[in-house]
Amino acid sequence: MIASPSRLERKPALANQRLASLSGSLAVAEAMRQTNPDVVAAYPITPSTLMVEKFSEYVANRLVDTEFVAVESEHSAMSACVGASAAGGRAQTVTSSQGLAYMWEVLYVAAGLRLPIVLHCANRALSSPINIHCDHSDTMGARDSGWIQLYAENPQEAYDNALMAVRIAEHGDVLLPVLHTQDGFTVTHSLERVELLDDKTVAAFLGDYSPAHPVLDTRNPVTLGAIVMPDALFEMKRQNAEAMHNALRVIGEVGEEFGEISGRHYGLLEKHMVDDADLVVVVLGSTAGTARTIASQLRVAGMKVGVLRVRSFRPFPTQELAETLRGKAAVGVMDRAFSFGAAANPLFAEVMSALYLHGMNVPLINYVYGIGGRDATPGQLASVYRDLALAASAGSADPMVRYLGLRGP
Amino acid sequence: MTISGRAQIPAHSEGNPGDKGKAEAMTTATKLNLRTLASSEELLAPGHRLCAGCTEPIVVRQVLQVAGPNTVVVNATGCLEVSTTLYPYSSWRVPWLHSLFANAAATVSGVEAAHKAMVKRGRLKEDERMNFVVFAGDGGTYDIGLQSLSGAVERGHRFLYVCLNNEAYMNTGIQRSSATPFGAWTTTSPVGSGTVGKSQPRKDMTRVMAAHGAPYVAQASPHLWKDLMRKVEKALSVDGPSFINVLVPCPRGWRTDVELGIGLCEVAVDTCIWPLYEVEDGRWRLNHKPRVKKPCVDWLKLQGRFDHLLRPENAGALAGQQGQIDDAWESLLAQCNAPQRGA
Repeated sequence: MIASPSRLERKPALANQRLASLSGSLAVAEAMRQTNPDVVAAYPITPSTLMVEKFSEYVANRLVDTEFVAVESEHSAMSACVGASAAGGRAQTVTSSQGLAYMWEVLYVAAGLRLPIVLHCANRALSSPINIHCDHSDTMGARDSGWIQLYAENPQEAYDNALMAVRIAEHGDVLLPVLHTQDGFTVTHSLERVELLDDKTVAAFLGDYSPAHPVLDTRNPVTLGAIVMPDALFEMKRQNAEAMHNALRVIGEVGEEFGEISGRHYGLLEKHMVDDADLVVVVLGSTAGTARTIASQLRVAGMKVGVLRVRSFRPFPTQELAETLRGKAAVGVMDRAFSFGAAANPLFAEVMSALYLHGMNVPLINYVYGIGGRDATPGQLASVYRDLALAASAGSADPMVRYLGLRGP
Repeated sequence: MTISGRAQIPAHSEGNPGDKGKAEAMTTATKLNLRTLASSEELLAPGHRLCAGCTEPIVVRQVLQVAGPNTVVVNATGCLEVSTTLYPYSSWRVPWLHSLFANAAATVSGVEAAHKAMVKRGRLKEDERMNFVVFAGDGGTYDIGLQSLSGAVERGHRFLYVCLNNEAYMNTGIQRSSATPFGAWTTTSPVGSGTVGKSQPRKDMTRVMAAHGAPYVAQASPHLWKDLMRKVEKALSVDGPSFINVLVPCPRGWRTDVELGIGLCEVAVDTCIWPLYEVEDGRWRLNHKPRVKKPCVDWLKLQGRFDHLLRPENAGALAGQQGQIDDAWESLLAQCNAPQRGA
């Protein structure tokens, strides 16, 4: 994330917005204030704590009339969200790392009960050893829980995702919980220029939420969370898969609608100089900014390079990604998490599958980087493009998995 | 474990508690008469799959008779949950929500908070008071759900938490919990050459909840149904958390004859193994004092899980158990007889 002076001076795209200097955490807290959920249940954990603290101030000063439930653990935070959402309320929480891991069994309940809860996440490494800095091991651990996962690059996108997440989750063809995340410290604690929509625009964009079968409707009692045997569970889970598939379309639609009110249009992928590129880096989160800066420099030097940032990891835009990468000479995939013992790490496995399914045999390199908050430097990104150029001319890449910024092999 | 030759259980009355404090309190509960109850709607439908002789549905019906249809039930994972909601059937005529084993109190926190928010925002009417009731077993209460319950009570959410206490993990096949009494056989506290069943005394969960300062905490038994239902009424009337610990005999886990059922409760109360009391705004009150305190062996001999305690070589363990019960009873009497706050 290297912001140019021109970007800082730029006026907001539309008149319904104001400029602010906010960290990713404060940007999300502002989105939460504007959303004014029925219930927020949360527990503090670095580096997402500031979101909870700021929101508590909003509650204390009556800037929201949310019921804030200061629970005794993340397990209870997500459980209270399940209760509140089942009751028919808009429910949100905030967490990172161990907190997300502690929520793990409840994440599956939220998705299985089709509750459109929104979780504002800040990425942080999982213990052990304990480390408070960013990597993606926490959210990658939850990738099969049935939650939609959106990754933001900067405070602006974290703010935008926090609002769009509500609409995506509550869409009738989706009805799934949404986790949207940002890199701990790198984004959560970095002050940047953020364009904020006015409250009225946000309220109109979010609309009201009126679920079909809330448990508070005692005149029409429902049984929610029954025990289901082999004769029906399969069909229910199949419906979850269908909802996740529908989310591919809905994320795009909501991103377009959001673009109309904000001037910031969002799809499943963000492409930077990809169309005519030979060498492409695929990346999640804040490292995309560094990659773009390096790619732009290398373009000046005559290298045809690009950056493809994945915004939606679940659902994964398999087809669009494969079509985008068709005809490339080499592709590097940046993973900020391990999947120990797997053929490759999480993002790489998705990219590799997508290319195979679309009949493409492109030289691929998987880079593990930034573990436990290690800096992803411009030099590292430059070395990635150099590697890709070699792989492109050789027509293959060996070793397939490489480590950036690691001492030793 | 043999299931035969149990001593006869004394016939019990229709449930009139019979001590002065109780009679006085009951005058407020005028609707608790058999005629009214017999004609009121059953909110737990028959046809569920709980075991023969299980006392859980009796308690649930008693609670719901008081709570009425404007009630949301949150159920922890356990016997009641799996046996009443086998998809696509449900026995529940009130809204019912199950999430997990450990989180019933946190889940009800969310339901109650959302209700508050919606009343505040005019989406629900304030005048129709809604009840939030949790049913959880002793495993979900004493053990895996303790943190969740402690947190919800400390935060002061308005809900009634009913612990259906059958003194072990019965749903998974009779494993010890911290509610399992000393000396009881379970599949994870088996009787072996070096053990006499569970080697630790049970946790006193009711006292743990009283220590939280919840406005209403009680122990109850379904055989004294008026007492139980009056306690539910009181619990639902407070503006905060309430907790009622109810003993629910489990023929499978206790290795008892199915027909003993609720009669076991009477023996538990008369042996002072399960004293009936309440703690209302910090004031302790005994609700029932047996005319004659019976020896604990009267209770143990009805149940296969305690067979080994009656063998001559375990006389020491048996004496130890009687000692624990006597101490706890004396301590409770002292607590109830001590000058009460605000009295």
